[in-house]
Amino acid sequence: MPGTYIPSEYLPVLIFLMVSVTLGFALLLISSGILGLKRAYSEKFTPYESGVPPVGEPRYRFSVRFYIIAMLFVIFDIEAVYLYPWAIVFDKIGLYAFIEMVIFIVILLVGFIYVWKKEGFKWD
Amino acid sequence: MLPELFFAYFAVTIVLFSIFVVTARNPVHSVLWMLLLFFHIAGLYLFLNAEFIAAIQIIIYAGAILVLYLFVVFLLNLREELKIYRFIGGWPSGLTFGIALLAVIILSIRSFIAAPPGKYSINLIREETHTKALAKLLYTDYLFPFEIISVILLVAIVGVIVLAKRRLKT
Amino acid sequence: MNLQFPDLTPVMPELFMTALALILLCTELLVKKKGILAALSILGVVVVAYTLIGSSGTTFGGMFVSDGYSTFFKVIFFVNAILSVLISIKYIAIERVNFGEYYSLILISTLGMMIMASAADLIVLYLGLELMALSTYVLAGFIRYDIKSNEAALKYFLLGAFSSAFLLYGISMIYGLTGTTDIKSIALYISEKGLTENPALSLSMILFAVAFGFKIAAVPFHMWAPDAYEGAPTSITAFMSVGPKAAGFAVLGRVFMIAFASIKLEWVAVFIPLSILSMAVGNIVAIAQTNIKRMLAYSSIAHAGYALLGIIAANNEGLASMMSYLMIYAFMNIGAFAVVIMLRSEDFKGDSISDYEGLSRAHPLLAALMLIFMFSLTGIPPTAGFMAKLYVFMSAINAGYTWLVVVAVVFAVISAYFYLRIIMYMYMREPKVEVSLSTSPSLGLALGVTTVAVLAIGVFPLYLVELARAAISGF
Repeated sequence: MPGTYIPSEYLPVLIFLMVSVTLGFALLLISSGILGLKRAYSEKFTPYESGVPPVGEPRYRFSVRFYIIAMLFVIFDIEAVYLYPWAIVFDKIGLYAFIEMVIFIVILLVGFIYVWKKEGFKWD
Repeated sequence: MLPELFFAYFAVTIVLFSIFVVTARNPVHSVLWMLLLFFHIAGLYLFLNAEFIAAIQIIIYAGAILVLYLFVVFLLNLREELKIYRFIGGWPSGLTFGIALLAVIILSIRSFIAAPPGKYSINLIREETHTKALAKLLYTDYLFPFEIISVILLVAIVGVIVLAKRRLKT
Repeated sequence: MNLQFPDLTPVMPELFMTALALILLCTELLVKKKGILAALSILGVVVVAYTLIGSSGTTFGGMFVSDGYSTFFKVIFFVNAILSVLISIKYIAIERVNFGEYYSLILISTLGMMIMASAADLIVLYLGLELMALSTYVLAGFIRYDIKSNEAALKYFLLGAFSSAFLLYGISMIYGLTGTTDIKSIALYISEKGLTENPALSLSMILFAVAFGFKIAAVPFHMWAPDAYEGAPTSITAFMSVGPKAAGFAVLGRVFMIAFASIKLEWVAVFIPLSILSMAVGNIVAIAQTNIKRMLAYSSIAHAGYALLGIIAANNEGLASMMSYLMIYAFMNIGAFAVVIMLRSEDFKGDSISDYEGLSRAHPLLAALMLIFMFSLTGIPPTAGFMAKLYVFMSAINAGYTWLVVVAVVFAVISAYFYLRIIMYMYMREPKVEVSLSTSPSLGLALGVTTVAVLAIGVFPLYLVELARAAISGF
C-alpha cells in the first residue's frame, strides 16, 4: 500500500537531484541572465559570426537504419535485464534456473542468428 | 504524512506530464516530457518498495525506449509535423468518453476492498532485498510466463527485420 | 532449494509449436525455395496436432491447463493455420512478399492462441494474447510497399494496444480485489468474501469485456476491423478473421464462465447489447460495401454477434454451440477467402464485388464453390453455416432468450441480401472484365477441404456437436 514505506536509503539520491537541479538553473540564470552582456547588433543574429550562413533545411530525416539499431538494442537490453535477477538467485535455485535460462537464451539466440544472417547489424 | 505527500507529488506530476506529452506541439518536446514522466514513475515504484522495477524503469524506458522514440521522431519531417493540427477532428467525443470513463472508475473504485496482502511484506522484502525476492518468484513460480516472454521478444526481432530492413535481392 | 521439475506433458503441443517456429526461422535462412517452408509448416502443424493426444492435465503450478475445452480450440487454430498456409503459397508470391518469415509468424501467432486457450492464469493469458497479436500486426503489414497494408497494420496495432491497456487495467483491478491472478482462485475468493455486489468487481468485468470485445471485433469495438481486413494481405485477412476471434472467444468463455461465474447476470447484460449491435451493424453496413474484403470484414463482425449468443446462454450447451460455430466459421470463411484469393492475379486486384459479375460463365466451378460458401455464411441448409446458427439459436432459446433469437433471425435474413447479391452477380449478370484465375494445387486443396467440410458438417452436424459437448463436459 502506498504511504507506508519510505525508501530512506535513497535520501542521498534525492538530495543530489535537488542540488544538481538547483545548481544547474542557478548557474544558467546567473551566468547568462545577470553577468552576461546583452548588446544586440546584426552580427549577433547570424549563426556563425564569421562563417558562411547555412543553406537549406537544418532538420533532415534520419535514416530508418537508426530505428532498426535502436529497436534491436531495446530487445537485447530487455533480455539482458532478465539475466540480472537470475544471476542473483542462481546459487539458490541451481540447475533448475540454469535450464530455464538456457531455453530463454536459445530462443533469443535463434533471433540473433536470424538478424545476423539478414544483415540487420550491418549499416548498408 | 510524509509518504502520502510523496505519493501525491508523484501521482499529480505523472498525470500532468502525461497531459503535456500528448498536448505538446513539438514532438521532441513530447519526448522530453516523457523522459520526466518516466523518472517520476520510477520514483513512484521506489516508494512502492520495488527498487528493482524502479531501476529497470530508468534503464529500459528512460534509457532505451526513449532513444527509440527520438529516432522515430527524427524519421518525421518536423517542419511539416509542426503545421499539422495536434488532434484529429473527433477529439471532443474522445474527451467526453475519457471523462465518462474516469467518472465510472472513480464511482466504482470507492467501494474497492483490497485483498489481504500476500506473504511479501515490506519487512520481508527489505530483509531479502527486492531483486532477490522478485527473482525467486520469477524463476520458480512464474517460469512459464518468463519463457513466453522470450518468444515475444523473438517476434519483435523478426518484426523489425520484416517491416524496416531493406530487402536483399530475392 | 530443491525444485520439482514441472510436468511437461500438458504443454507438449506448445513446446513442439515453438520448436517448429524456431526450426522454420532457421531453415528460412538456408533454403531458397519457399515452398519447402510451407510444406514443412503444414507437416509440422500436423505433428503438433498429434501431440494433442494425451496432453491433458494442469502444470506450472496451475497456470496452464490442457482440457477438452482448450483442445477443441487448438484444433480450430490448427485448421486455421493449415488452411491459411495453403491459400498463401501462391498468393504471397503474386504480392511479391514471398518471404520465409511469413510462415514462422503464422505459427508463432498460433502458438499465442494456443497459450490463450490453455491459460488458467491471467498473466499467462495476457502474454499469450500479446504473442498472438504482435505476430498478427506484423503479418497485417507484410506487404511493405502497399500503403493500405501499412495502414492496416498501424490501425490494428494501435487499437490492439488500446485494448491491451483495458485488459491490463481489468487484471490489476481484479488482482487488487482478490490478491490472485489464478482464474479459479479468483472465483473462489469472490464467492467466499461475498464480493458479488461490489461495483469495483463489475468495473473489472466490464474492462475485460471491452478488451475481449476488441479481439473478437464486436460492435462498438469493431472500428479497426474493416480497415485492417481490407488492407492486410488477403491470406492474412482470412487468418486473422478466424484465429484471433476464436482465441478471443476461448478466453472469453474461460474467464467469464469461471472467474466471473458469480456475477453471471451482470455480464450477460453486458453481452446482450454487444451481440445485438454486432449483428445489426455488421449485417446492415455490409450491404453498402463495394469491396469484398470489407464486406467479409463486416460479415465477420456479424458472426461474432451470433457466436456471442452461445456465451450469453452462459451454460455448457451454449459454450459447446459457440465452439462448433467457430469451427464451422473457420471452414466457411477461409473457403470464401480462398475464392477471393483465386481472383487475384499479377495485374488484377480482384477484390471488388463487381469483379464477380458473370463469374459463372467463365469459371462455373469456382462460382459454384463461392455459392456454397455464401449459402453457408448466410445460414441456408444443407450447409454447415445453417447448423452452426441452429445450434447457437437453440442454446439461446433453451436459456430463455427467445426474443434475442428472434432478433438474430431477423438480422440473418437481412444478411442474405449481401451474401446472395454476390451469387446474383455471379449468375445473373454479364461479365464486364475478363477474370483469369491464379490456380495452384495448394489453393485447390484448401478449397476442396473447406467445401467438403462445409457440406459434410452441414449434412452430418451431430458428430461435430457431440465432439464439442464431450470437450466441454469436464469444464
